[in-house]
Amino acid sequence: MASSPYFSLAVLFVAALGFGLAPLGLARLWGRLLSPAKPNAIKNDIYECGLESRGDAWVQFRSAYYLYAIIFLIFDVEAVFLLPFAVAFSGLGAAACGAMLIFVLLLVEGLAWAWAKGVLTWA
Amino acid sequence: MAVDENLKIELGKQGVFVTTVEELYNWGRRSSIWPMQFGLACCAIEMIATTMARYDLARFGAEVFRPSPRQADMMIISGTVTKKMAPQVVRLYNQMAEPKYVIAMGACAISGGPFKQGYNVLKGIDRYIPVDVHIPGCPPRPEALLQAFMTLQKKIDAQPLTGEGRPRHLDAEAQGEFPVPVEGEHDLEPASNKGVWTVPVVIR
Repeated sequence: MASSPYFSLAVLFVAALGFGLAPLGLARLWGRLLSPAKPNAIKNDIYECGLESRGDAWVQFRSAYYLYAIIFLIFDVEAVFLLPFAVAFSGLGAAACGAMLIFVLLLVEGLAWAWAKGVLTWA
Repeated sequence: MAVDENLKIELGKQGVFVTTVEELYNWGRRSSIWPMQFGLACCAIEMIATTMARYDLARFGAEVFRPSPRQADMMIISGTVTKKMAPQVVRLYNQMAEPKYVIAMGACAISGGPFKQGYNVLKGIDRYIPVDVHIPGCPPRPEALLQAFMTLQKKIDAQPLTGEGRPRHLDAEAQGEFPVPVEGEHDLEPASNKGVWTVPVVIR
């Protein structure tokens, strides 16, 4: 067995396992021997800043919320692009103003689509 | 078995250091009190000042304010305990690690203070949990909180490990669970914990 080429690997594996498990076992033993345990139902309860925990942590969000995210994005991006446009407005040519108008109209179209779909009414 | 004080001093002069397990144990306990990090009202500002560089609570080994009761063994009731807040305070006290100590800081924590006649203020936290040190003041100065710390350290130092007056974690009989009050129709129910507080008899 000792002649097997994997023997040294096996020895190393056992040593590595012991290196990991020994501190855990010692900590457990130390805790059992010396820790002043006084458990009760309130103490073992889930810690929630002093409040009783209610319900489950596995909450589901409606996937329909993506619509709000998209509408937010429409106005957000619009504001980001409109600000430099407004700053440089007096020095812009007709072509730049036309491009900006198309951009704003595209966003307005998105808003109109959301409006037509009834997203803006809070249900 | 305690060593005679005079003998200890004599041996110390000869360069021999004598101690007991009890002294060592209590020295370790009193030098690493970990307070719980929470403030209730204006007293908390003084408590924060105490931990900062000018007053430096770290000199007493108590600067490690823990944000979880699992890692804390001292609670500073720093301020007014409203009846809305009292159940949370008691639950947090329950969730702290043994052996645990409580400092009631300021007039409100002791008795309700200026709000004692109010309908919504608890008239002293010692109605629900055992308080080790009371500090008067509105609010107490940081020096007063330091004084309370030193008083608590002296108290821990004086606790024998066996027999009468030993710390709660070494006493299997000692109460471990402190009932959390619930909001009743007019007041918290129960209005006090009979195990830690006796209702004073009014003599007219």
